[in-house]
Amino acid sequence: MLYFQVLLNGLALGGLYACIAAGFSLVWGVLNVINILHGSLIVLGAYLAFFAHQRFGIDPFLFAPVAGLALFALAYPLQKYVVNRVMGRPVLITLTLTFGLNLFLDNAMLKFFSADFRKITLESPWGLLDLGGVLVPTDRLLATATGLALVFALWLLLRNTQLGRAIIAVRMDSQAAALMGIDVNRTYALAFALGAFMAAWAGVLLSGIFPISPVTSSVYLGKAFVICVLGGLGSIPGVIVGGFALGIIESFGTLALGPELALTLAFLVLIALLMFRPSGLLGKRGFQ
Amino acid sequence: MNTRLITGLLVAVAAVLALMFTADNYVLRLATTVGMYAALAWAWNLIGGYAGYPSFATAAFFGLGAYAAGVFQSFGLPFALAWPLAGLLVAAFAGMLGRAILHLRGHYFAIASLVIADVLRELTNVWTDVTGGGMGLNLPLLSLGGVDGQTQFYFLAMLLMAALALLISWWVDRSRLGVALRCIEQNEDAAQVIGIDTRSSKVAVFMLSGLVAGATGAVYASWVTYIDPTDVYDVSLSVKPIVMALIGGVGTLMGPLVGAFVFLGLEELLWRNVLEFHAGLLGLLVVALVLFLPGGVRDLRRYNVWNGLIRLAPWKRRTT
Repeated sequence: MLYFQVLLNGLALGGLYACIAAGFSLVWGVLNVINILHGSLIVLGAYLAFFAHQRFGIDPFLFAPVAGLALFALAYPLQKYVVNRVMGRPVLITLTLTFGLNLFLDNAMLKFFSADFRKITLESPWGLLDLGGVLVPTDRLLATATGLALVFALWLLLRNTQLGRAIIAVRMDSQAAALMGIDVNRTYALAFALGAFMAAWAGVLLSGIFPISPVTSSVYLGKAFVICVLGGLGSIPGVIVGGFALGIIESFGTLALGPELALTLAFLVLIALLMFRPSGLLGKRGFQ
Repeated sequence: MNTRLITGLLVAVAAVLALMFTADNYVLRLATTVGMYAALAWAWNLIGGYAGYPSFATAAFFGLGAYAAGVFQSFGLPFALAWPLAGLLVAAFAGMLGRAILHLRGHYFAIASLVIADVLRELTNVWTDVTGGGMGLNLPLLSLGGVDGQTQFYFLAMLLMAALALLISWWVDRSRLGVALRCIEQNEDAAQVIGIDTRSSKVAVFMLSGLVAGATGAVYASWVTYIDPTDVYDVSLSVKPIVMALIGGVGTLMGPLVGAFVFLGLEELLWRNVLEFHAGLLGLLVVALVLFLPGGVRDLRRYNVWNGLIRLAPWKRRTT
């Protein structure tokens, strides 16, 4: 029963983790940029939700789209005027650029929000759901379901809309996409902004479950790394598989080694996987 | 030995002696930091510049070196033995790590090298018996005749690390290994086709990079006498050397030294004036550097700074 409970704890975070990594994977896949800023965007989204709840009493689940749109509006010009200038350059250049942006945003948040850990505490907590002997916190379940639904919505967007098809076309071959009349630069900016939208939404969902602080941004970035490598780059199903895999690894890691080493274990799994299967469990070229 | 080299060496030695005996402790501390930064930038340049592999493992090497030297000394080893042993240990670690991750390319290699420092930090945190865990580790204070003696000693020790880094870089720069690495940097598949043992070359240079960064960490640990996991495994120790190499010119022999000087100057300026927001401004600086001077200070020529200054100068205005 204990193992079942631990497994369930992991599963209850899987959808949320998929949501954390979906935007990161999209940006990596389409722009070929490792967005070190992603963790900071998640934390910024979480802070927006925290202040909306503290000042105006808005429920985080209702606030999530607002935070998403706010970061979408922030990220679009950021890509257009800054990140786009290094597109196609070597990894070292693109990674260093987003690292500089990450330093700036983290420091700005540290200055304005302080390093204190904060967490949204709802007036009427949802409590625990009893599933015949095993318990699941209802808020986690709801957050994971919402995250999963959002990732599914992204999948539908990529499959069925003109924008989504343009993004996939650019990911497969940006030059051929340009010849077919797709505005490649605009698609890059939209994909980057969409990544920020997903990050903000994930951050809002996190804000009610984990304490947030600007210093935690690298933790979420690390989780996004692991999920993308586990599931394989460039596929939405991969992100979902990776998210649940990370949730399970972390919860069993916590049981066996204690909570401090859970993410370390995930990193070791990442390195081991990269040694033997660099393309991940479900990696493929098109972003489907 | 040509005359330029000898003159350069003489000037360097004269500058070091002059600094040691005339400068106050603040200037000497800055000079020690330049030595440390230059050593780390050279260490990164070996793998990141010559071989073109975007390594973020410098902090892992540095921290492991610092902790190895600290633990050796807590077991009673003298520093003169602990420092080189720590360097060799890190080189061996880099060799194993290189065998595991150097077959990855581009983004995957960057991510794999980036998480190593995190893994080592957490392991150091947990292994409390030996490392002191999150409480940190105190190192024995060397009896070197007061504050001035200490400062001068660590200045020389750090310079030694920088000299070691320069020597290794100089050797790599003109050896067969250097040629192999430059081929790998340009086109790894083609390098393999013409018969270069790419794997051994990459692992070898990764080990040299680890040796330098690890030994530098070892000296740093004795210098500050107290280390803790978040300090010596800090990700900024991986990023700063890259920024320095970018400033001075990636893959050049003297670029890291130029970058170390420029970077320390900027950092000191930021620390002094905007203590609370210095990391943020450092971030903006990195962004500006990447956008406007991707080839480092050499790119300033492109902007005709010098000509522009001359044109602005009042005594020139009449002649135009």
